[in-house]
Amino acid sequence: MGEPDVGRAIEAVWRIESARLIGGLARIVRDVGLAEDLAHDALVAALEQWPESGVPDNPGAWLMATAKHRAIDRLRRSEVLERKQEELGRELEIRQALSEADWDAAIDDVGDDVLRLIFTTCHPVLSREARVALTLRLLGGLTTPEIARAFLVSESTVAQRIVRAKRTLAETKVPFEVPARDELAERVSSVLEVVYFIFNEGYQATGGDDWIRPHLSAEAMRLGRILAALAPDEPEVHGLVALMEIQASRYRARVGPSGEPILLLDQDRSRWDYMLIGRGLTALGRAEELGGGLGPYALQASIAACHAQARVAEDTNWPRILALYDALAELSPSPVIDLNRAVALGMAFGPERALEVVDELAAEPQLESYHLLPSVRGDLLFKLGRLQEAQEEFERAASLTDNAPERRLLLERAAACARNGRSVG
Amino acid sequence: MRFMIMVKATDQSEAGEMPSQELLEQMQQYNEELVKAGVLLAGEGLHPSAKGARIKFSGDKRTVIDGPFTETKELVAGFWVFDVKSKEEAIEWVKRCPNPMDEESEIEIRQVFEIDDFGELTPEIRETDQRLRDEVARNQ
Repeated sequence: MGEPDVGRAIEAVWRIESARLIGGLARIVRDVGLAEDLAHDALVAALEQWPESGVPDNPGAWLMATAKHRAIDRLRRSEVLERKQEELGRELEIRQALSEADWDAAIDDVGDDVLRLIFTTCHPVLSREARVALTLRLLGGLTTPEIARAFLVSESTVAQRIVRAKRTLAETKVPFEVPARDELAERVSSVLEVVYFIFNEGYQATGGDDWIRPHLSAEAMRLGRILAALAPDEPEVHGLVALMEIQASRYRARVGPSGEPILLLDQDRSRWDYMLIGRGLTALGRAEELGGGLGPYALQASIAACHAQARVAEDTNWPRILALYDALAELSPSPVIDLNRAVALGMAFGPERALEVVDELAAEPQLESYHLLPSVRGDLLFKLGRLQEAQEEFERAASLTDNAPERRLLLERAAACARNGRSVG
Repeated sequence: MRFMIMVKATDQSEAGEMPSQELLEQMQQYNEELVKAGVLLAGEGLHPSAKGARIKFSGDKRTVIDGPFTETKELVAGFWVFDVKSKEEAIEWVKRCPNPMDEESEIEIRQVFEIDDFGELTPEIRETDQRLRDEVARNQ
């Protein structure tokens, strides 16, 4: 039996407490940047003292008390310096807030502050890159180097993004609050966009450092679950949680033993994670119960749920998936959704009708160099027995993708068309 | 990473005695905190081992043994599944748990096997993920 490492214990406490600490502080000092600095001061103090004293019984309250002392120290220090009138006014405001604040309540009344913090770091006044970086830093507790590694950018770029984001929040006087009813929908969608972006960066792994990327999906799922608990009346929050849980349930079935990708319909469904599927279906149920029609996330989750509920691929309810794509295309029209819809159409009602739709989509400029268009078209032609045309499409798709394993798969399909073509003809 | 957090049985839990109202309320509050932190994946309380059974395997032979079982402290009375970043984080969360029994008790933390533990997720596999996502999208 070994004694746990204090450094790792502090890291764990920080992960648990940092968002609520920063949230609580931000409400008092009304400045997210200053709140983070103070919380960080408290962390430094913990790193100095806890290895000697041990982790206190209530580490959250300890960190909050320490941050409070640092806030007062900072103000005292700055008193002797000359300041501009404006800064003086701001300090008086903070001083007032500090004296009025109920510090004990600050660490207890945590849920609302974390929610305020999420809405602030995901404020639409910030660019998406800034929102993502600030959210990972303040809510995920990720360090600047970790964020940089995850997104393949330099540490100074991330640091700058964060500094600028904090400045923008201060300059535009973004209030630290849960938005009012009339702007809630827009603000929620800004938050969900950030969370889903983080999830996909981890799930897709388009690049970046490998060890950190799976953490991004996990982090996004944690954020989604937090949001669902703190804002339980927002159907799209549950929709997004459902979508992420169900997508993540297939994580370990997506690759074969030698690293080859396995398509959804070919996956070994016994390898799906049924705990996550169960959670996803529950979350989707909540979104449906809240009423008001399903939003884009809940619709995508419903499509994912159709697959999750089919015990074998042949049981997939394609007409329902097609109807869900119809609804999705209406809500957020996009040629990529249309292409997916065409696949569902082909599965539900046969390849001829799907091919007609795909041929119409070929004119879409957005899909011009999108390899999945010829790939889907090739698949439909293959099913119709038009092997030579299918072969050409698979080859074209292969030439459009940069991804080596994918190109290999497409070229194999092209070769299979050539072989079958010969044996038939 | 996931951890199974197992609350060990006590004489009281094995006797089927319900915890006090106060403890139930504290546990409910704790559960809510876990949910709000995005940590809790699942959790259930279990009936005493008197209502359970064991199936003993010996080659092809299966023998069913009905409860109750005697080694109380080794039995499980309830469990949670946490999704956390490290064992230390799981420990910190469990330290925040109220004593789950109205008497001396113990909670055991065990890590759940995941894909990385089986060594399947090589960098090359991760590289293929982009393609997979597209394929998944296509197949939907």
